[in-house]
Amino acid sequence: MTDTILRMSGITKTFPGVKALQDVNLEVRRGEIHSICGENGAGKSTLMKVLSGVYPHGTYEGDIEFDGEACEFSGIRDSEHRGIVIIHQELALASNLSIAENIFLGNEQAKRGFIDWNRTNHAADELLRRVGLGESAVTPVIDLGVGKQQLVEIAKALSKKVKLLILDEPTAALNDEDSEHLLGLLRGLRDEGITCVIISHKLNEVMSISDRVTILRDGKTIWTQETAELTEDKVISGMVGRDLEHRYPEHTPNIGEEALRIEDWTVYSPIQADRALVRGVNMTLRRGEIVGLAGLMGAGRTELAMSVFGRSYGVNISGKLIKDGKEIRARNVAEAIDNGLAYATEDRKRYGLNLIEDIKRNISAAGLSKLAKGGWVDGNEEHKVADEFRASMNIKAPTVESIVGKLSGGNQQKVVLSKWIFTDPDVLILDEPTRGIDVGAKYEIYTIINRLADEGKAVLVISSELPELLGICDRIYTLSAGRITGEVARADATQEGLMTLMTKEEQEVAP
Amino acid sequence: MTVAPTNADLTVGKGPAGATGGKAPLKFNFNLKQSGIYIAFALIVALFTVLTGGDMLAPQNISNIIVQNSYILVLAIGMILIIIAGHIDLSVGSVVAACGAFSAVMMVNWDLPWPIAVIGTLVFGAIIGAWQGYWVAYFGIPAFIVTLAGMLLFRAITLMILGNKGIGPFPEEVRTLANGFTDGFLGNIALGPLGGADLFSIIVGVAVVVAMAFVQWRTRTARIKYSQVVDPLWLFITKVAVPAILILFVIVQLARFRNLPWVLVLLAVLVVGYTVVTNRAVFGRQIYAVGGNLQAATLSGVKVKSVVFWLFVNMGVLSALAGIIFAGRLNQANPTAGNSFELDAIAAAFIGGAAVQGGVGKVVGAITGGLIMGVINNGMGLLGAQSEQVMLVKGAVLLAAVAFDVWSKRRTASTR
Repeated sequence: MTDTILRMSGITKTFPGVKALQDVNLEVRRGEIHSICGENGAGKSTLMKVLSGVYPHGTYEGDIEFDGEACEFSGIRDSEHRGIVIIHQELALASNLSIAENIFLGNEQAKRGFIDWNRTNHAADELLRRVGLGESAVTPVIDLGVGKQQLVEIAKALSKKVKLLILDEPTAALNDEDSEHLLGLLRGLRDEGITCVIISHKLNEVMSISDRVTILRDGKTIWTQETAELTEDKVISGMVGRDLEHRYPEHTPNIGEEALRIEDWTVYSPIQADRALVRGVNMTLRRGEIVGLAGLMGAGRTELAMSVFGRSYGVNISGKLIKDGKEIRARNVAEAIDNGLAYATEDRKRYGLNLIEDIKRNISAAGLSKLAKGGWVDGNEEHKVADEFRASMNIKAPTVESIVGKLSGGNQQKVVLSKWIFTDPDVLILDEPTRGIDVGAKYEIYTIINRLADEGKAVLVISSELPELLGICDRIYTLSAGRITGEVARADATQEGLMTLMTKEEQEVAP
Repeated sequence: MTVAPTNADLTVGKGPAGATGGKAPLKFNFNLKQSGIYIAFALIVALFTVLTGGDMLAPQNISNIIVQNSYILVLAIGMILIIIAGHIDLSVGSVVAACGAFSAVMMVNWDLPWPIAVIGTLVFGAIIGAWQGYWVAYFGIPAFIVTLAGMLLFRAITLMILGNKGIGPFPEEVRTLANGFTDGFLGNIALGPLGGADLFSIIVGVAVVVAMAFVQWRTRTARIKYSQVVDPLWLFITKVAVPAILILFVIVQLARFRNLPWVLVLLAVLVVGYTVVTNRAVFGRQIYAVGGNLQAATLSGVKVKSVVFWLFVNMGVLSALAGIIFAGRLNQANPTAGNSFELDAIAAAFIGGAAVQGGVGKVVGAITGGLIMGVINNGMGLLGAQSEQVMLVKGAVLLAAVAFDVWSKRRTASTR
């Protein structure tokens, strides 16, 4: 007897310029654990935000039926009221409040406006027992590790009489023991009749815990199948199964000397100083070569790149950087730039550009000293340089005095690239260089990357899109849980092969 | 998704976006947000001129407005830089008092020669600025808190130096700097119906105007040589002529009264100097970069901490200068000196076009903002308004200025 608790049908969600979800269908049975798998950007989180009312009714097309009734949520409170609770990857606890206060935040156990602390703490203790947390309810959340905080989130969900619990990457930040405990707890909840939807990148977890799996790709549902009939390979091919179209410019590499070698590079998290985000990474980048770095969200790609670039992320960084055969010191961004490194960030609006300034001042931002004599900037030279970049990079703007915040994503990215090319680097690290850019502009960016390689620069491209890496890179490293799990030449690389390496668990690689 | 773009698709279209060189588009790009402040200033001055029957622009009154507001304008220059970088300084009023007190001790109690005492005071201000800059930039405490503490600390230091009494009188030279006028080196000339005026002042005024016009002309020719877009000639001439006429008008009025106030000379030097620094110096650019997007500036190799630190040092020095001017004007270092100066300086910066989030602002804007407040003070005073009425109007103007900034930003955001 299968009873459907949730039916989402024909969900389409459009953002300006992008169709994030296209006619997505999802059916979840009562009392099952249902996994949703897909690459970064496949639309998993968007779908869950539609379901939980973060994107309210009316901002998407399609129908949601929960517990036999059609739902039109206007906000997250509505969906929680019906028993749908979502736990995000970034935990949303107020760290200075106690566990009990957090559990009942927004749902305070009060009488006539005054909080009944006895009832609050008693009820919280009860919930903590259910999730297997030994701490007292008055413990401040800040004293708990991430694993236990995750359990507090679940206790909070239970307090809301949850019927459908959605977990977004619940184990991404947990160690093995905590992950095991969490998965056990979810099985227990299933036996109590609570339905779970899990978004996860860890395929072995998906296989072990879920009853059914749904694959999303490019904003569309690919299939839903019983886990018993599945293999990891089948899930992977579902996730990536896209044909390589003719979307990449032809390029014959002319590979030269080694430009940068990263040796035994280890980086710890600035938030949790005992958690290594990058572990003993060794990489080599050569002149004229485009190297890819593939890894799923949370694998440590950006952390690796930023820590190399003048230690701009992470703490307790150890390892060596060897450039052109000599060890270099790049303890801050200025030193990294002086040593010929450049890093174009993944989030260009937050970290890459001064959106309220014009194009020329953004282009000159990292190489201002090249335009200055004795501390004074030559404004006319700056204008000239910017104009040359506008022409050579095909930045579509009326003048170089146009404000960068008003440009399209593709043109903003060209400004970021111009900024770094102007510093005349030997090694360029491009983090998601085509994120949020339309197809035509992507092609232009690939052409620019090829040109940079032809000029003898070493280019490292970080991307979530495997076809992109396969399309433009000469060699690809895979990163999983902070470790390099593979190095594949372009000729040998397939999406399935890379995905297998990217989802490889730590113990399988450790020597 | 099946579109495979070819190079032909990717070449720039023939639209205006691709046009380079050639004839500059004859588009009069009127930027309300940037010009709004100057227009508002002109309207306010005009309003008070009418209401006071012309007394507003009388020679003595113009002189008074400049001298009475000089120390606020000096502070506003430092403040706008700090606000551009995304910080704030609430302590400047107390720093003004502490520096004024310290200068009085050096000049009056210790009988040091005035140039040494002035330099000593500026160094004292720099040390105070370095103290605050350290906590903000390197220790990472929000400037709001550090300078709120500084407001108390430096007021306490002032009281410890002065006790409950003032120290004075100041040497003649310092009083002249704060309150005095240039000598009539060349005697007077007759200006027809306007009566006599100081020839030296007028020559200085004409020289300044000619120099301004020359510099702007040279900038324009250089831009044309680099084939950049420049304003059409008539607009360029207007942009040079209007300020020139205003400056000459003010100078003539001053020449008819008691020549040029020394603080005006000082302010002119500061305004020109800081304008050049903010526009052309690497350091100036970095201030805007830090305020515009801190993370992007950090990742572009800007030494953010050092920039912020030196901005506070600079603010300390300018506060010391304001402290000397204020004490010299009163001819006494006073324990209550500088009370609420920080509010006037901050208001000047925001009225003058600084953005609440940082990254935007101009030195000339802050000066204009300060003058708007000065004119309101002065004009309402001439009209016999009570001080609470003046406060009411100043508060409303500040709120309106920032509301306008927020509103115009929201409008641009929604048209994006």
